[in-house]
Amino acid sequence: MRNILAIAHKELKSYFSGPIAYIAIGIWALLYGYFFIAILQYFVRTSMQMGQFGAQQQAVNVNQMLIRPLLQNVTIMILFTLPMVTMRTYSEEKRSGTIELLLTSPLTDFEIVMGKFLGAMALYGIMLLVTCIHIGLLFIYGSPEWRPIVTAYLGVLLLGGCFVSLGLFISSLTKNQIVAGMITFAVFLLFWIITWIGSFSGPTVDKLTQYLSIIDHLDDFTKGVIDTSHVIYYLSFITFGLFLTVKSVDTERWRG
Amino acid sequence: MIEVQHLTKRYGRVTAVEDVSFRVERGEILGFLGPNGAGKTTTMRILTGYMPATEGKAIVAGFDVFDQPVEAKRRTGYLPETPPLYPDMTVLEYLSFVAKIKGVPSAGRADRIRAVMDRTRITDMAHRQCGKLSKGYRQRVGLAQAIIHNPDVLILDEPTAGLDPKQIIETRQLIKQLAGDHTIILSTHILPEVSQTCQRVVIINKGKVVAVDTPDNLTARLRGSETMYVQVDAAGADASGSLRHVPGVTRVVESDRRGAAIGYEVESERGQDVRRELARSIVSSGWGLLELRPMRMSLEEIFLSLTTEEAQQATAAEPVGEAANA
Repeated sequence: MRNILAIAHKELKSYFSGPIAYIAIGIWALLYGYFFIAILQYFVRTSMQMGQFGAQQQAVNVNQMLIRPLLQNVTIMILFTLPMVTMRTYSEEKRSGTIELLLTSPLTDFEIVMGKFLGAMALYGIMLLVTCIHIGLLFIYGSPEWRPIVTAYLGVLLLGGCFVSLGLFISSLTKNQIVAGMITFAVFLLFWIITWIGSFSGPTVDKLTQYLSIIDHLDDFTKGVIDTSHVIYYLSFITFGLFLTVKSVDTERWRG
Repeated sequence: MIEVQHLTKRYGRVTAVEDVSFRVERGEILGFLGPNGAGKTTTMRILTGYMPATEGKAIVAGFDVFDQPVEAKRRTGYLPETPPLYPDMTVLEYLSFVAKIKGVPSAGRADRIRAVMDRTRITDMAHRQCGKLSKGYRQRVGLAQAIIHNPDVLILDEPTAGLDPKQIIETRQLIKQLAGDHTIILSTHILPEVSQTCQRVVIINKGKVVAVDTPDNLTARLRGSETMYVQVDAAGADASGSLRHVPGVTRVVESDRRGAAIGYEVESERGQDVRRELARSIVSSGWGLLELRPMRMSLEEIFLSLTTEEAQQATAAEPVGEAANA
């Protein structure tokens, strides 16, 4: 555990000693702010219209109308920012030769992979913290329910974990971080649009693609439901990604 | 301390190291000598647990590097060919990270880092970013990184490559100092380095061990007879006749002539020191003895003779192979 934390700490520090953390958080904050304004305007207009047409009895739900679509849009932001975070984790170590230090230190492959995963997750956590500012504003001017927000954040965190573990694996395959970044982006995009073919290709394919779609599993979380099947899906996805990364590092040794 | 048995490493169809075996005793410095691409780095990477061997066994500090890699790595310090530095970290940050992952207990960690920085003389660079260091400092930080957890075994891949002459001398001295508490393997393709720092030498060529011995023995082994260089001022007279009469001398050849001073190469029977007799004979003849020194085969020559011998055998064997192929 001590070793894992040492590597996670080093990873997090290296994000901040270069431009990556600042660019990722900057892009993240910009996109999120834009989404916030767009959805807020829509929300304000809808509630005004509803007021005009005499639907006073039925209050407009902030959680349902504003926070839920907002956090669902986080998946788009992940698509663009997380490849930047994960692309260099392994490729840079391989290119600069520092991987030799890690692989000849008394660490197991699992400790190295886990440390890198937690380091990237810590940066992702910081990015999520930025979004809390906007949500906090809503608490000042309105009274949203906090429980569905917590479950939605849990979902978004798990979702990010899946993408990070996948990104780590892709980064472990190449020395070139640009290649790693592009492939990661392509694979993320594929997971994002995987359900598109589902509706035209019969019920089996539909079900399969829905199950594979990392984003679809987020839906229940944003409604305030913690369904264990989704939690297990995410956790097993993360585990599988990390497993592949450990194997990839190990294979690299054999091939030399 | 280190035992390597029949180590073989193949990358696909290319054999990088073939059937390498040697031992290193505690406190010894072993030189790993060979031309570029001979398999030095591969062997070292196997010993440090960076990559597994295709066949064979390696035991470091009592632990098999394949079966108990973490235990073996805990007792090994490794300086790769390019020091594995994180350019964004300062030297101090870097060393404390390395100390952490190498298991230096947090209680004495700060003191240990300070001591190692002192020893490798990088204290004044403690707050400089690793990426901004000069080559010499990088190498020293790399060395500091390798010794930070006080390992039993130190494996140094070309520790003096790319340094200036002063730094090379300093690094060699440091390595010699370290030899007391650590067992060291260092690789190099610079021959004098081996004779200056190492107690034993493994010469490796094309993935195979060509010779294992002390530098002195290697020199002696390849020397059929003892040869002395004698420079005499015999005022124009030929001294070779009287030199030839010295007991033990087998052959005298004039090698150079500068004015009145004539140089001779005097060969004698092996194991017989004829220097005293030579000097007495020259002085009693009334000549001036200007120079008298043993001529040794340098490691360069040994190395060349060992590796080219191999090449000759290879070329001799080739036509047969071709015939078989045809």
